[in-house]
Amino acid sequence: MPEETQEKKGFVRRFLELPTDSVPKTIFMAVAVCLVASMCVSAAAVALRPVQEVNKLKDKQVNILQVAGMYEPGVDVVEAFEVFEPQVLELSTGTFTDQFDAASFDDRAAASDPELSIALDDDPASIGRQSKFVTIYLLRDDAGELDKVVLPLHGYGLWSTLYGFIALEANGNDIFGLQFYEHAETPGLGGEVDNPRWKALWSGKRLKDEEGNLAITVAKTAPDAGEDYHIDALAGATLTTVGIDNLVNFWMGEAGYEPFLQNLEAGVL
Amino acid sequence: MSQTRKEMLTDPLVDNNPITLQVLGICSALAVTSSLQVSFVMALAVIFVTGFSSMFISIIRNHIPSSIRIIVQMVIIASLVILVDQVLKAYLFEISKTLSVFVGLIITNCIVMGRAEAFAMKNPPVASFIDGVGNGLGYGLILMLVGFIRELFGSGSLFGVTILETVNNGGWYVPNGLLLLPPSAFFIIGLIIWAFRTWKPAQVEEREYKIQTVEAH
Repeated sequence: MPEETQEKKGFVRRFLELPTDSVPKTIFMAVAVCLVASMCVSAAAVALRPVQEVNKLKDKQVNILQVAGMYEPGVDVVEAFEVFEPQVLELSTGTFTDQFDAASFDDRAAASDPELSIALDDDPASIGRQSKFVTIYLLRDDAGELDKVVLPLHGYGLWSTLYGFIALEANGNDIFGLQFYEHAETPGLGGEVDNPRWKALWSGKRLKDEEGNLAITVAKTAPDAGEDYHIDALAGATLTTVGIDNLVNFWMGEAGYEPFLQNLEAGVL
Repeated sequence: MSQTRKEMLTDPLVDNNPITLQVLGICSALAVTSSLQVSFVMALAVIFVTGFSSMFISIIRNHIPSSIRIIVQMVIIASLVILVDQVLKAYLFEISKTLSVFVGLIITNCIVMGRAEAFAMKNPPVASFIDGVGNGLGYGLILMLVGFIRELFGSGSLFGVTILETVNNGGWYVPNGLLLLPPSAFFIIGLIIWAFRTWKPAQVEEREYKIQTVEAH
């Protein structure tokens, strides 16, 4: 046994005793440093992932609370979140499904599952594949009547996919708020989507005009339909603005929540 | 070793400050100082990274081939930075959302590379660690000073606690919006350098040119 350990030691030592600038030593050091460093990094990443996941979930819940105007700093998020009724929605029919558990269904993972998603040909939001099912959140008032619905949406801006929520009043047409919880747009320009003043612009706007056509626009100038359907563009962030305009129109349109919103309006849910 | 360990720790605070004298690491000092809390976490992250990267590099310094030494240093620094980023994401999620980009940029922070190359490659591990921590502290000190001024006069608060009630919240203080923008940190760091050099004239650099006076004949 002692002989063997000596031989093992010998392998590393043989390299360590080489002249530092020789080619074999250079390669040995490069490999050794990378190996040790990558092991440390991956160990940390794996060990900390569960805690990070919890944070991410909590952050998402805070954003849902905020978009529905129910968030106050210091509130117990998990408890406050219980007022919401999560439902898995089948987009094509606009009805709820019991196939999945709403509390744990992950629509972002579903978007890359061929069974649960479709590849988009007409893809203004640049998302590639769209999940057939999404988790939405219903908020009921004290009498049990539907008060608001919070719908997830996402799409490409300038640098990144923006993930967010839109909160609609029970009539399915009046916007209560919109906010993004994950994006990597330029801080100070596209990143101003997080600016409370810009987010406040969404409140009270309408999706569809009198004739029932989708009229909501995020642009520099108001559309013909008027100010009720217009959210001012972000200064200096044309591409982010265009991206948001596209993604909101996509998700509120035929391929998105349109069937659900019609059901909501007809009161069949 | 000409310096004692205590000197190695305190020297970079004022006398040999990485930001004001060596003028390194300015970029991140501009970006993260709009609030004290963020500056504080950033300072801790940099202290951790400079300290441990110097130590690890120093441990293997005699085995680092000179042809790949910068890359070896980078690998060690980058791994430590990823470690910091992962820990922040796990335990300080809110702050990590604002800091995330800049934590990644610690890798390119000239102070870390500068200390690795100038000190850790030639000195034993403990001395290198102390030197790294000292320089991290020097960086942190300036960060906190700038963060203090920017948060107090830019948003009327310190560590998020309101000190000067702003007009928006029904108070009397009209916040200086410029201080919330990165360029303001340039002015503040400039003023700090001026103050330091007035206090310690030894830091004043020699002129690279001389103004010639023409004698009238």
